[in-house]
Amino acid sequence: MLTSKCYRVVLPTLVLALMLEMFPLPDWAQAYRPEWVTLVLIYWAMAVPEQVGVTVAWIFGLLLDVTQGAILGQHAIGMVLVIYLVHLQYLRIRVASLFQQAIVIFVLLMIKQLLVLWVSGIVGQAPDVGDYFMPSFIGALIWPWLFVVLRDIRRRFTLTKSF
Amino acid sequence: MQQIFLRGPSVTLRAIILIIASILIMTADHRWHHLEAARGAIETTLIYPLRYIINIPARLFNWTDESFVSHQQLLDENRQLKEQKLRAQVSLQKLSILEKENERLRKMLSAKPKVGEKVLVAELMSIDLDPYKQQVIINKGGQDGVYLGQPIIDAWGVMGQVIHVGQMSATAMLISDPSHAIPVQVNRNGMRSTAFGSGHTGKLELRYIPHNAEIEIGDLIVSSGLGERFPPNYPVGRISEIERPAGETFARVTAEPVAHLDRGREVLLVWHRPPEITEPVEVLSQDEVKNADE
Repeated sequence: MLTSKCYRVVLPTLVLALMLEMFPLPDWAQAYRPEWVTLVLIYWAMAVPEQVGVTVAWIFGLLLDVTQGAILGQHAIGMVLVIYLVHLQYLRIRVASLFQQAIVIFVLLMIKQLLVLWVSGIVGQAPDVGDYFMPSFIGALIWPWLFVVLRDIRRRFTLTKSF
Repeated sequence: MQQIFLRGPSVTLRAIILIIASILIMTADHRWHHLEAARGAIETTLIYPLRYIINIPARLFNWTDESFVSHQQLLDENRQLKEQKLRAQVSLQKLSILEKENERLRKMLSAKPKVGEKVLVAELMSIDLDPYKQQVIINKGGQDGVYLGQPIIDAWGVMGQVIHVGQMSATAMLISDPSHAIPVQVNRNGMRSTAFGSGHTGKLELRYIPHNAEIEIGDLIVSSGLGERFPPNYPVGRISEIERPAGETFARVTAEPVAHLDRGREVLLVWHRPPEITEPVEVLSQDEVKNADE
């Protein structure tokens, strides 16, 4: 669970990510909007896994559902699965280079995206979208920059001694 | 103590529990709509402030835009508006005469006069939620009397209906959403159909129209009011394409919505009271008549 220090650092970044995900974009850019909340959650789950776990992921998944007008639980289930996978493999992902990390991130984002689309399909609202992998791709592209920014934030507030 | 390995049953167990919880919540939300209240509460307490902050730049932009307009521009606009008003008034006069006449004729036919609908102007707060859905957020909610299923329109036609109500905001589904359907009729000859959303703002699909139906490109389709959700006779769209593929039972008809679904900031909420259904006359059976007599 989140300790008070973590609470002060992690939570604002997650809320900011949520706002970025709600920010109005022109029509053409909407299909390219990366999943900020998932990206930030993956970082924190990797960097401070003892603090940010599946429960936090689930709560933010539900918030995402409310903001996006999705079925409650649709993003939450994807988020929990992705963060769980990060928890299983975080020691390996951490030591990889940023480029290799970006590839892993792409796969993780795709898993979540497909799960969300899958649920949409089950309830009969399957969208006909061509480039459904674009958000994941953009997400993987911005991962190295996001990683550096969040790492600096974490170091500045000395969140953990290790890594 | 610094933990190195977090793996182990606790994380797995928690993940499994949360995934099961998600599935339960999804079922409850989708099948039985039990979670509207919870969704409204979250929207009002946590999300609304965020939305408000996000909207500040747009508002600031609008404000500066309005504050720093030149005198000449304002005069021009004023003149244009006056002209428009005059024109509108002229057609309104005609309309009021027609309305009176219509009422008279209806009275002669001893039909109920149509009730005027109450409307309220609401502003769009956000239009791009999930890109796979066609939904908007408006800045009026439960405290203004907005209710589930309430129709929203704009100056040109029907836009959609309210699907979630928060305290100060509400989510509305546009008629172009793939899971939306609205009962319509062709204005020219009154032929009934249902217009389904396609997921694109510029396209509605009219299904179950037979090949030989009398329908033409450019025909105006209006809401028929048959679902008792939308008020009747509001414009919905214009027929843009008719295909009659051989071997299929129905024609493929598409319409273009007349409401400006992807433009504009103001919408109208309509309080629509469906016409009262007269109670069917109860027919008493012989036994009941006897009982009543006794």
